[in-house]
Amino acid sequence: MKHFRVSVHIVPRKGLLDPQGKAVADALHTLGFGGVGDVHVGRHLVIETDAGDAKGAEASVREMCARLLANPVTEDYEIAAVVAA
Amino acid sequence: MKVGVVRFPGSNCDEDAVLGVVEHFDADAVLLWHKDHDLQGSDIIILPGGFSYGDYLRSGAIARFSPIMQEVVAHAKRGGPVIGICNGFQIACEAGLLPGALLRNESLQFRSMPVTLRVESTDTVFTRAAAKGARLTMPIAHGDGRFTADEATLDRLEGEGRVVFRYVDADGRPTDDANPNGSMRNIAGVANDGGTVVGLMPHPERAMEPLLGGTDGKVLFESLFAMTQV
Repeated sequence: MKHFRVSVHIVPRKGLLDPQGKAVADALHTLGFGGVGDVHVGRHLVIETDAGDAKGAEASVREMCARLLANPVTEDYEIAAVVAA
Repeated sequence: MKVGVVRFPGSNCDEDAVLGVVEHFDADAVLLWHKDHDLQGSDIIILPGGFSYGDYLRSGAIARFSPIMQEVVAHAKRGGPVIGICNGFQIACEAGLLPGALLRNESLQFRSMPVTLRVESTDTVFTRAAAKGARLTMPIAHGDGRFTADEATLDRLEGEGRVVFRYVDADGRPTDDANPNGSMRNIAGVANDGGTVVGLMPHPERAMEPLLGGTDGKVLFESLFAMTQV
């Protein structure tokens, strides 16, 4: 078994109302960042886990997302990085 | 009749639920600790309001994995009545007892105020004694109350009469202004397909004493006891 750090991005599902994202976008516009379009506020998790290889670590974290880390009704997730630690 | 009120770490409406039951109805109520596996013979389960596990990750997401929830889900699957109030509604959705999810209020503000609800369905064990279309006033107190589901699920809920309560204005219309959190289709409460599990964001247990602003919440428990005492 090796040790891995797996990073996950969890974001509100596209098309769903995201009032936090809108509030941040409005604030950025106020600061003069006129090029900013939509902003999506989600969560970034770093999971430290043991696994046989990187593929196994990613598969394990995908299952964690499906069962707990992301809400299947309202959120999407993507594995951002799998790093041997 | 015995009512079991689950106490999670961070529950804060558990005592109100117990008092609401024992002071107004011929029923017993017990607190059920979240780490236990025993419903202590409860006929009815209340998942109370609060901030279980500090709302970490998502409201209700961690509470759903409490040991007692396995028993609550089994009780619900046997057709046992369960009501999820506020945080309890969030937990019931996370546990898959009810469809949808409760997201951050559209205003991004915590809303603590009385709201007017319209009874949309009387085909549940918690609304049998109410009149369809009746308006009830109850308090809300939440930051994550925006009921959300995909369009197909919403249509199915409407078609099956499982939208139980809607936020309405003084004239009984489900307007945007009457919607305190941006819930889709002004939905304040829904039921499972058997009408035995109901979740709602407003607090019926805080609307049972004239001194506290009204008694419109009592009808949910009157419905329940009228049915189960047969």
